[in-house]
Amino acid sequence: MPACSSSGISGWSEIRKSAPVSGELALLRIIAFKFLQAVPVILIISILAFLLLSLLPGDPAIIIAGEQASPEAVEHVRQQLGLDRPFLQQLAIWLLNLAQGNFGSSLILNQSVLSAVGERLPVTLSLAALSIAVTIPVGVFLGSLAAYYRQSWIDAGVMTFALLGVSIPAFWIAILGIILFSVRLGWVPSSGFTPISQGIGPWLSSVILPALILSLFQIGFLARMTRSAMLDVMGQDFIRTARAKGLSEWRTVGKHALRNALILIITATGILLSTAIGGSVVIEQVFALPGIGRMVVQAILARDYPLVQGTMLIFGFAFVLINLIVDVLYTLADPRVRHD
Amino acid sequence: MTDIGFEANVPTVGLAPPRRGRSIRRLFRYRSFVIGFVIIVVLALAAMFAPLLTSLDPSAMKVRFRFRSPASEFIFGTDMFGRDIFTRVLYGARVSLFVGLAVSVISGFCGAVLGVVAAQFRKLDAPIMRLMDALMSFPAILLALGIAAALGPRVSSVIAALTVAYVPAGVRIVRAAALVVREMDYVQAARLSGASALRIIVRHILPNCFSPLLVHLTFIFAYAILAEAALSFLGVGVQPPLASWGNIIAEGRDYATEAWWVMLFPGIAISLAALGMNLLGDALRDVLDPRLKGGD
Amino acid sequence: MAAAPLLAIRDLTVQFRVDAGWVTAVEGVSIDIGEGDCVGVVGESGSGKSVTALSILRLHDGATTRIPSGSIAFKGQDLLKSSKRSLRGIRGGEIAMIFQDPMSSLNPVLTISEQISETLRQHQKMSGTAARHRAVELLDVVRIPDARRRADDYPHRLSGGMRQRVMVAMAIACRPRLLIADEPTTALDVTIQAQILELLRELRKELGMSVMLISHDLGVIAEFAQSVVVMYAGRVVEQAPVAQLFRRPVHPYTIGLMAAVPKLDGDAMRLSAIPSRIPGPQEDIPGCRFAPRCGFVQNGCLQTSPPIEPAGELHTVRCPPQVLALGDVNG
Repeated sequence: MPACSSSGISGWSEIRKSAPVSGELALLRIIAFKFLQAVPVILIISILAFLLLSLLPGDPAIIIAGEQASPEAVEHVRQQLGLDRPFLQQLAIWLLNLAQGNFGSSLILNQSVLSAVGERLPVTLSLAALSIAVTIPVGVFLGSLAAYYRQSWIDAGVMTFALLGVSIPAFWIAILGIILFSVRLGWVPSSGFTPISQGIGPWLSSVILPALILSLFQIGFLARMTRSAMLDVMGQDFIRTARAKGLSEWRTVGKHALRNALILIITATGILLSTAIGGSVVIEQVFALPGIGRMVVQAILARDYPLVQGTMLIFGFAFVLINLIVDVLYTLADPRVRHD
Repeated sequence: MTDIGFEANVPTVGLAPPRRGRSIRRLFRYRSFVIGFVIIVVLALAAMFAPLLTSLDPSAMKVRFRFRSPASEFIFGTDMFGRDIFTRVLYGARVSLFVGLAVSVISGFCGAVLGVVAAQFRKLDAPIMRLMDALMSFPAILLALGIAAALGPRVSSVIAALTVAYVPAGVRIVRAAALVVREMDYVQAARLSGASALRIIVRHILPNCFSPLLVHLTFIFAYAILAEAALSFLGVGVQPPLASWGNIIAEGRDYATEAWWVMLFPGIAISLAALGMNLLGDALRDVLDPRLKGGD
Repeated sequence: MAAAPLLAIRDLTVQFRVDAGWVTAVEGVSIDIGEGDCVGVVGESGSGKSVTALSILRLHDGATTRIPSGSIAFKGQDLLKSSKRSLRGIRGGEIAMIFQDPMSSLNPVLTISEQISETLRQHQKMSGTAARHRAVELLDVVRIPDARRRADDYPHRLSGGMRQRVMVAMAIACRPRLLIADEPTTALDVTIQAQILELLRELRKELGMSVMLISHDLGVIAEFAQSVVVMYAGRVVEQAPVAQLFRRPVHPYTIGLMAAVPKLDGDAMRLSAIPSRIPGPQEDIPGCRFAPRCGFVQNGCLQTSPPIEPAGELHTVRCPPQVLALGDVNG
């Protein structure tokens, strides 16, 4: 059983005890169960985000209003943020707001967190989607190549490249990349984002470099992971059986091995999305792309804590959803977890 | 659900604590281990003996010497304030390596405790894992960003933030290993002979979770170095004039074309440090997990 | 032998790579399998029997194994020198193999009908539906109850015995001339063992195929094989028709093996055992590899490797006559 399996579930035994049902029903039951599991997680995330503000050393109202602010201004901020109410009441109000879809408002941007995030979503999404679209085929291919030709120079070469990918800081390479490709060669703009509405070409040229830099780490990570998974699978007996049946190497590796490694790769994709978003925070800063990541950083530097809080929350929810999807995909890919 | 702890691929076979002497000798046969080991030792020594290697003060601003190139008496050149880059990189090593070590050790310790507790005491399993799931719902950098932002920009905040970000992965690893170990016959035997829960945990379960955790922690060290650099680069981590590889790069960015050395050397330093730890982690994993033999 | 054997392994030597270099796992092995024959290969773990079997279809890992000498002739064609393409045609088509652990030998993410159909599509160029239809038929042949429904199951839903039946179905799908069964019953319960052996026996008769059965279990060999090959530490030490081998074993090792089997009707107070243990492939033993443990060892045994001598009708043994004479005297 891969270590990454969704066995954070403690209620597994309950499912096991019930009578065996037909394939689809069992599947639906498992999916429904996973949905249920996500609920307490969402609750905890909400509470954690709320608590973020209470981590601030000192009086949050003063910090937000600024050291120089007059007592009235501070009091105003305090009331505006509801900081004068008892703790539990604050928490309750916070949770209620969330339930209504109110994630708070930015102090500086003069808009709701939701709309601020919404405006910048296309940028971050372009970046993440593009980098993942590159990462998955390249990473899986390189990893499989290295596993198949293990101990050869191909293996060594691929793994060295992968190692460099996960060791070299993305923001540094990004700066070097800008110097080379934008300043020196002038192939792509050094900053700024062009939305797709203005044409695929301009859009692509504004995001291709950041997306590729972002994918460096991920390709390295995925290649190493895939190699590991493929080696594991290739060493299994059923691969020998496949060869004993006279199947070609292509079919043996492509069908038998990869299908099994797929399970691990699907889960890896979930991690990749997480690293992509995390990485985009820094990359957007370097490339001055008006994305969510850049907004968060600037909000932090400007002490716009409600914005930080709300954005973190949105991210949290988004990833709970993503993890759920990955979990379900994983269940679909591995027939062993479906029935028992 | 997804997690960073992937790298360790919890083994089911290699869970017995390896015979120390033999394993260490085998480790040194791996070229990757030797290279990684050398890199880390050199960096660590350079960081520890920084005052001996350079007589200069990392924060001393001597405008007279601004923007000297590495060809001069300053090996790595100077920055816009005349500060010696070599000195700053050495002192930055102290920060980065210290953060890496602290984050690994603390998150490892917390992960081990929580993981074993979750595996042993079924009632606590669900709440602990739900909390871990919640923490893991954020990309590590983002979580660390939020916490470091709330706590203020200093080394201790970075350590605290990164520790919180990486603990869930460690918990997962230890819990998975502990769950496997507790079903093993020798644990059943111990339980039958009346050993207390604490004794079983300390004497049987923990030592066997050691291997996968150790491998995981070396990778965490690497992630922590990279993360700290990123946070400092963004201005949320270590603040100048205290030197961190990340903030040196941030400062040097504006002069990237004229004074390329300001940005280059700290970047190489970060890469080397992360590379070294990754190599160590790879070698450790290959030695401690016989299932993946032939993989390196 | 009147006609040329179906499979002729001659002087096979297989080596594995280790840190220090290469070690010999199997040396000078010669085994003949005729049409319709049933040959049992018996030996302890580490005797090299599986290594020999895997060499026939060249299923070893190419990076860590090499075959420096020997030939394996199948219908006159040397398999060791065949092209990859030709070999693939033979694998699963003319020569099939089933393995010890049916759970790990079946792909967990593919249905069993898919795994059987694969062979049919590969060798007989059947279409998908025809292959699936035939797969269900095969499952019937190997006595899987409710075959049509079971065909869409995944391996983990089946019991060990059923999985092995699926392996058998996969193996006989293209009516191979030779079936190699590597410890097919070792991982199964005793009652299931008997069922699988019965199945193999019937299929052998129906399809007229030869079987090479590898096992460390003397009982299985006695039950199933027509002739037996005894292997020790990478070498063949004795070959004989089954009845003869059990009635009158000649090689000191075989004698020891037979004696070690507890008998219900004997009044022995201790189980007899062969002293010491089987040497690993890295251990370099000059001369006869059994000599260190042999009860009839002579001076010459430790110097020169004994040649193969005849010991009766269709009976050969790797032991010098003077030692054999001792064994004979002692019964």
